[in-house]
Amino acid sequence: MAAALRLYLKYTLVSIRSQMQYRASFIMLSAGQFIATATEFVALWALFDRFGAIAGWTLPEVALFYGLGNVSFALAEGMARGFDLFANLVKRGDFDRILLRPRSTLLQIGASEFQLMRIGRLSQGLAVLIWGVLTLGLGWSAWRIVLILWAILCGAAMFAGLFVLKATTAFWATESLEMWNAVTYGGVETAQYPLTLYEDWFRKFFTYVIPLAAVTYFPALAILGKPDPLGTSLAFQTIIPVAGLAFLGLSALIWQVGVHHYHSTGS
Amino acid sequence: MSTQALASSWRAYRAVMSARLREALQYRTAAIAGMVTQVFWGLIRLMIFRAFYASTAAAQPMTLAETTDYLWLVQALLLLMPWRHDDEIQNMIRTGNVAYELVKPTDLYLLWFARILGGRAALLLLRLPLIYSVAALFFGLRLPASPAAAGAFALSVLAAFLLSSAISTLMTISLMWTVTGDGLSRLTSTLATVLSGSVIPLPLFPDSFQTVLNVLPFRGLMDIPFRLYSGNIPLVDRPRELAFQLAWALGLMLLGRFALQRGLRRLVLQGG
Repeated sequence: MAAALRLYLKYTLVSIRSQMQYRASFIMLSAGQFIATATEFVALWALFDRFGAIAGWTLPEVALFYGLGNVSFALAEGMARGFDLFANLVKRGDFDRILLRPRSTLLQIGASEFQLMRIGRLSQGLAVLIWGVLTLGLGWSAWRIVLILWAILCGAAMFAGLFVLKATTAFWATESLEMWNAVTYGGVETAQYPLTLYEDWFRKFFTYVIPLAAVTYFPALAILGKPDPLGTSLAFQTIIPVAGLAFLGLSALIWQVGVHHYHSTGS
Repeated sequence: MSTQALASSWRAYRAVMSARLREALQYRTAAIAGMVTQVFWGLIRLMIFRAFYASTAAAQPMTLAETTDYLWLVQALLLLMPWRHDDEIQNMIRTGNVAYELVKPTDLYLLWFARILGGRAALLLLRLPLIYSVAALFFGLRLPASPAAAGAFALSVLAAFLLSSAISTLMTISLMWTVTGDGLSRLTSTLATVLSGSVIPLPLFPDSFQTVLNVLPFRGLMDIPFRLYSGNIPLVDRPRELAFQLAWALGLMLLGRFALQRGLRRLVLQGG
């Protein structure tokens, strides 16, 4: 385990170093992503400017949902980018190379590219999160900071799980992968607002099928210290993000099934 | 140019366009997957806007029904967005194969413009009918406000199509200056995404934003056609809005053609 972690770190450092060879390009890409996500937040602000509130939630409150969702997603995107691009590896038959090496495939794919430019979305989400906490006057107690970090960790694991599942489907079909965007990008979009405003079927989907609610909605309530309109307890809201970690674990198991199914395209 | 020469060059552009169209039509599975994704996305957006409208009693510049039409048309016609430059042309510029393009006895700008237009038309033709009918049957997209609105909408979509292709072609040409960096084209897509109305309908932006939004070309991509569709733009303003779109399309085409000429003059071909 420790050896695997060391290897992952090494891969990551190599990846970062290679991206730093093109420093100007890295800065441009990160700034570009920051601007892209920031303009989305401007649009969100514009809606609050016009409508005042959404289903009884104010902008600073929604900022917390927005921040948690985007920071988790950016972390997952940065770390699991290899899975996002995995279909190309399968199409070219290059997965064979990875199978030959005496290390876990998950580790190798996960570490194949650490996308540093995701720092654009990450910093933007973090800024919005901090702004929300400050505006609401919640204060930075140790408990709150731990809660925020816990939610981000579990959220990143959940999104990483989605990327692993997306890559797993590439073992069977490579043309329909865009559908996963509905739950990855669609997931961040959904997470940006309190779950209560969505329709019942949709809420259930993102609670029971994909545990998005467990890693954003419930912990956000605990951080806000706001009673849940759906009636859950604080203890539940604090513990339930663990479902994100479990989801990643389950995805890893399904991945193994896919690996056994793999037939090379040859060369 | 004689009429005969004109006819023959038109045939050339048409051939390029239709070849690109047929190429893109090969990817049907991908198109269906894309459609499902977009309908799902559209539903998320719709639920969010419904919740916003339910939160206020104040009159808005657009009714919820008009916003619903607008949101679905964004999904159905999402490919009107000038996402980015043309990958193949980018490769040609990078590898030096662009030399072969120069040998062709056609106007290079129009050749590239036709390629970009054709590739986009195919993708659009695949997705538009599917998303439109699903949204109209199940998710609250209404028919056009009137036959006149439908006509204005159709014309306006065509104009948006020219405008979008003009922007994409210009972004592609910009690659002649920055071979590695597609920074400019990324930035343009980012701006276009918000400023066209694809994130939120432009009338819902604060009133103080409207002056700026009104003069930029991006509203010609989505905002104008979609508001014509629902009747949010009054009858008398239709010719003016169409003229706005066409003027920007023509202006950007001329700018692109000029930039291409400048770019070719400083072009250094690699390889042999």
